Amino acid sequence: MAACVEIGGGGHSMDKSITLPPDEIFRNLENAKRFAIDIGGSLTKLAYFSTVQHKVAKVRSFDHTGKETEDEPLYEVSVQEEITARLHFIKFENAYIETCLDFVKDHLVNTETKVIKATGGGAHKFKDLLEKKLKLKVDKEDEMTCLIKGCNFVLRNIPHEAFVYVKHAEPEFRFQTTHPDIFPYLLVSIGSGVSIVKVESEDKFERIGGSSIGGGTFWGLGALLTKTKRFDELLQLASRGQHTNVDMLVKDIYGGAYESLGLTGDLIASSFGKSATADKEFSKEDMAKSLLHMISNDIGQLACLYAKLHNLSRVYFGGFFIRGHPVTMHTITYSINFFTKGEVQALFLRHEGYLGSIGAFLKGAEEDNPNQYSWGENYAGSSGLMSISPDMFPMQRTRSGTFDMLEMDRLERELVNLPLLLDSSSYIPDTVDLTEDALAREYWLSCFEEALDGVVKRAVASQPDLQDARERAEKFRHKYRHKLQTLRHQPCAYGSLTVRSLLDTREHCLNEFNFPDPYSQIKQRENDLALRYFQKVVSSMEMLSWEDRQFALVKGLLAGNMFDWGAKAVSDVLETDPTFGFDEAKRQLQERPWLVDSYSKWIERLKGPPHKCALFFIDNSGIDIILGVFPLVRELLCRGTEVVLASNSGPALNDVTYNELQILTEKIAAMDSVIHSGITKDRLILVQSGSSSPCLDLSRLDKGLATVVNERHTDLVVIEGMGRAIHTNYYAVLRCESLKLAVIKNSWLAERLGGKIYSVVFKYEQPRE
Amino acid sequence: MEVNGYRCPDEGDAETEEKETAGGKQQRPSKESASRTKAADCAENAVAAAAGGGTSRDRLASNSRTRQRIDSLKKNRPPFPWFGMDIGGTLVKLVYFEPKDITAEEEQEEVENLKSIRKYLMSNVAYGSTGIRDVHLELKDLTLCGRKGNLHFIRFPTQDMSAFIQMGQDKHFSSLHTTLCATGGGAYKFEPDFRKMADLQLLKLDELDCLIKGVLYIDSVKFNGHSECYYFENPTDPVQCQKKPYNLENPYPLLLVNIGSGVSILAVYSKDNYKRVTGTSLGGGTFLGLCCLLTGCSTFEEALEMATCGESTTVDKLVRDIYGGDYERFGLPGWAVASSFGNMMCKEKRESVCKEDLARATLVTITNNIGSITRMCALNENIDRVVFVGNFLRINTLSMKLLAYAMDYWSKGQLKALFLEHEGYFGSVGALLELLNPT
Repeated sequence: MAACVEIGGGGHSMDKSITLPPDEIFRNLENAKRFAIDIGGSLTKLAYFSTVQHKVAKVRSFDHTGKETEDEPLYEVSVQEEITARLHFIKFENAYIETCLDFVKDHLVNTETKVIKATGGGAHKFKDLLEKKLKLKVDKEDEMTCLIKGCNFVLRNIPHEAFVYVKHAEPEFRFQTTHPDIFPYLLVSIGSGVSIVKVESEDKFERIGGSSIGGGTFWGLGALLTKTKRFDELLQLASRGQHTNVDMLVKDIYGGAYESLGLTGDLIASSFGKSATADKEFSKEDMAKSLLHMISNDIGQLACLYAKLHNLSRVYFGGFFIRGHPVTMHTITYSINFFTKGEVQALFLRHEGYLGSIGAFLKGAEEDNPNQYSWGENYAGSSGLMSISPDMFPMQRTRSGTFDMLEMDRLERELVNLPLLLDSSSYIPDTVDLTEDALAREYWLSCFEEALDGVVKRAVASQPDLQDARERAEKFRHKYRHKLQTLRHQPCAYGSLTVRSLLDTREHCLNEFNFPDPYSQIKQRENDLALRYFQKVVSSMEMLSWEDRQFALVKGLLAGNMFDWGAKAVSDVLETDPTFGFDEAKRQLQERPWLVDSYSKWIERLKGPPHKCALFFIDNSGIDIILGVFPLVRELLCRGTEVVLASNSGPALNDVTYNELQILTEKIAAMDSVIHSGITKDRLILVQSGSSSPCLDLSRLDKGLATVVNERHTDLVVIEGMGRAIHTNYYAVLRCESLKLAVIKNSWLAERLGGKIYSVVFKYEQPRE
Repeated sequence: MEVNGYRCPDEGDAETEEKETAGGKQQRPSKESASRTKAADCAENAVAAAAGGGTSRDRLASNSRTRQRIDSLKKNRPPFPWFGMDIGGTLVKLVYFEPKDITAEEEQEEVENLKSIRKYLMSNVAYGSTGIRDVHLELKDLTLCGRKGNLHFIRFPTQDMSAFIQMGQDKHFSSLHTTLCATGGGAYKFEPDFRKMADLQLLKLDELDCLIKGVLYIDSVKFNGHSECYYFENPTDPVQCQKKPYNLENPYPLLLVNIGSGVSILAVYSKDNYKRVTGTSLGGGTFLGLCCLLTGCSTFEEALEMATCGESTTVDKLVRDIYGGDYERFGLPGWAVASSFGNMMCKEKRESVCKEDLARATLVTITNNIGSITRMCALNENIDRVVFVGNFLRINTLSMKLLAYAMDYWSKGQLKALFLEHEGYFGSVGALLELLNPT
């Protein structure tokens, strides 16, 4: 094997024998099973299921049979190996298929794999090669079935999978929120021909129509007309051409618009109409453009006619004609807008190229029941949307030699909507879409880049006993910095860019390099410290009058929330000035009236009957949870309100995890009768959110949480902290009362909201009648 | 009398005339009208002067012309010549009514250039290098506005429009003071040229109004005793497939598909209730345009001839090329085209393909596409009869049979494709009718 392929490198004249960087492309092959392959006209997509062994931080209560000693930590932190399931999808040029198969075979350890599911037009052609190289039996699956299965899968599991394309807009991609009910929809697959499929449920779909005028027509006819061989080159030609030189427009016939019919002069009356009459040479560019318009308009028109006939408003476009090409996405969008007068939007999919392979994989993995789980896109292992406007970066469009990857992690738990969302279909978790807000994007990208040193330092410090920690931390730095750079150039690479996605990407990258919980020791120390003050804080509260106590509780909660390693300003103070304590925090807090202040309304409400059940999304460890949240929980319990405490399932920054919360609650219960009785009487319930993010997506929550919320008739939701109540959910509308509170610990954000650092947001809302 | 809901102007006029005669109100000719002639003449000259358009030559001819004019007006009809014109993107379609019942008196009074126009048109079947009279379409012994005559159908390329206007100027067409009724986009585009170059004022008419009028009228008068409308029996069987007359007596609702340079699809619910459902830019212009680029041909006839000799299956990728046979799961037969020009993605096949095959594939692609859009419109509008018209279908049995087949096959026999003998001339007929019986 000769030259080494550089990921992202270009040039289609590349040597076909390549050395693949194994760790970076065909990852986790040693445990791989359930192979599936989708071989298209030019690209091959390989899919497999694998297990990833990675480190997780576990906390465990010490078995205190004897007396507690002062200097012993309250729980044990250990790093354990855990195995999780991951789906790998890799896309490469057909030219590399042999090399890739050899590589896969060489690294395949698992012997129980006997078959490979295959789909796509090339599956037949490469059948023998597959069987010979992999020693696996090729099991062919119907292309359309695979396509639909794959489509359902990504629509259900990847938020921001679908988008509309708006040329010249900022951003060009407008991502759609995941609709809880994805059916029915129309899928228009534009390969060499066009198939129009109506999908009504997971297993029910029907090819309701199609057209022979498709990508093959553009390619074939385009090649004849322009003597240009490659599809990509034809698109490039088209993007430079002027179709009005070739097409007969309405104004060429009418001299202007055909007003009585509302047909404007610029509309195409007859595609290629000018070449029928004018005896002259037409440029390649102009002909390619005319052809592109002709085909796109025709497909758009048919799609609209079918959508109308079947009364469908969601129409997704895919196939190699589309596949991330801005030129075709634009012309199709234009056509749909024209023919439906804006009533139907043309939707595209980020992972459209993978649908067939995902579907084939799912067919082969039916016995594993992959559809009963929830899956999440792993930002660390996925390439993101590669599409770039060819006018801007013509070279990057020639994708030869690049390997595109998608990895999806099986989530431990099934994720569902919070049942209390007023309208789940219009719910958008994120407050600011950084793809739309260039100023904010610039700030946050820089902010995360500046914070990177600190994160690397923290990661290394969290594993003092591990030799390779520094090296891995540097790898993490490199990977995350690369992601940030990618996002700077292509903000839409992973769907909408948000503070949440930046945070999540960082967590994914940390996990990737085995830093499962860099804050575990810090959390442990702070929890320990805070627990010692719990009783003192509670008793000081009890001395206050009812009204004073309510205010002190809120203030305590807010002060506690200032202890947050996620915010740079605070982590600076915490690193340099350990005496910065709870009381100091209270002094730093903004005086009322707060930046957002509905405290009076809240206190009025508290004078009324108690809530039935409060769902409390908690934030940080240490002072926040122990001295801020628990006293309030205690008060609520005393009022007769049941409390559901929801914590992250996995670690993110210094946020309390479910395991930690269990231990902490146990400890507090041991010293506080109210908490104790709450636990024993099942009036204080601990649940996990299903998330491992410092932010909160109320449309992807643990199913168990949703069940508890329903069973307990929850009528109050408290969301605490910047990540959950400001960066996300600030505008979330619930069907019950809600309280969103946070201290703004970032001066840029505070200023943007019209306040100063440590401004308080106290947003209490009652449902609209 | 109503045929197809269309009130024939000639029949109607005849009835009126009869009544007048029966009621003894018949106008006496000669002297009385002669005195009126003078007054009208003066008035007209005044108008012409005021408009600044009159010339001395006009005045010389005005006497007899005016008499004729009054005579026509009296019978509620315009003076000769009677033309209807449809100026499309590619072709100009002209209908001309040649009166056969000209009296000796009329003959004598007929102005010279009117006579010469008639003689020129009738003694030739080709005009210049590109104008053609479709003799086989001529409607004989037609009664229009009480006059008997033949209706002639003439076409020439829109490209030659300026030459035509020049001719109008050279032959002093403006001196005839007739109204030139024109429809199609060119009526708007060339209006200034007609005015400036030939001193002619066009009466611009909407092309879809004219189209429908024309279709209903021609169908009602029949094609020299034969049916204007026809269909193909057994469209799915190439051997048994036969052209058969069709009676379009109760035509509504009807989908009317006009395939000119581009395509318009209309849903017609009654003679004056219709809507344009949609259209497509993939029409006759696309067929010819692509053929010219792909094969180097330059006329529709050439392109069609090549298409007739060609084989599209070398160019198109069929379902069986991909699936080895039928794609049963979706009811797609192996012979169906999966990708038009799909085989041309492959370099070797591009190099070995012949022009005839390319022309055939272009024809099949455009025709089938029109077929599928039409079928979808028919479904959406809930209409089961489709009439295809337009010059794309001229001498194009191939496309007509394809359309007939496609409508029948994909609708499982629910949709019927109908065709009309006068393919592309209905707009111009409609324009002529507007001249004779203005709405």
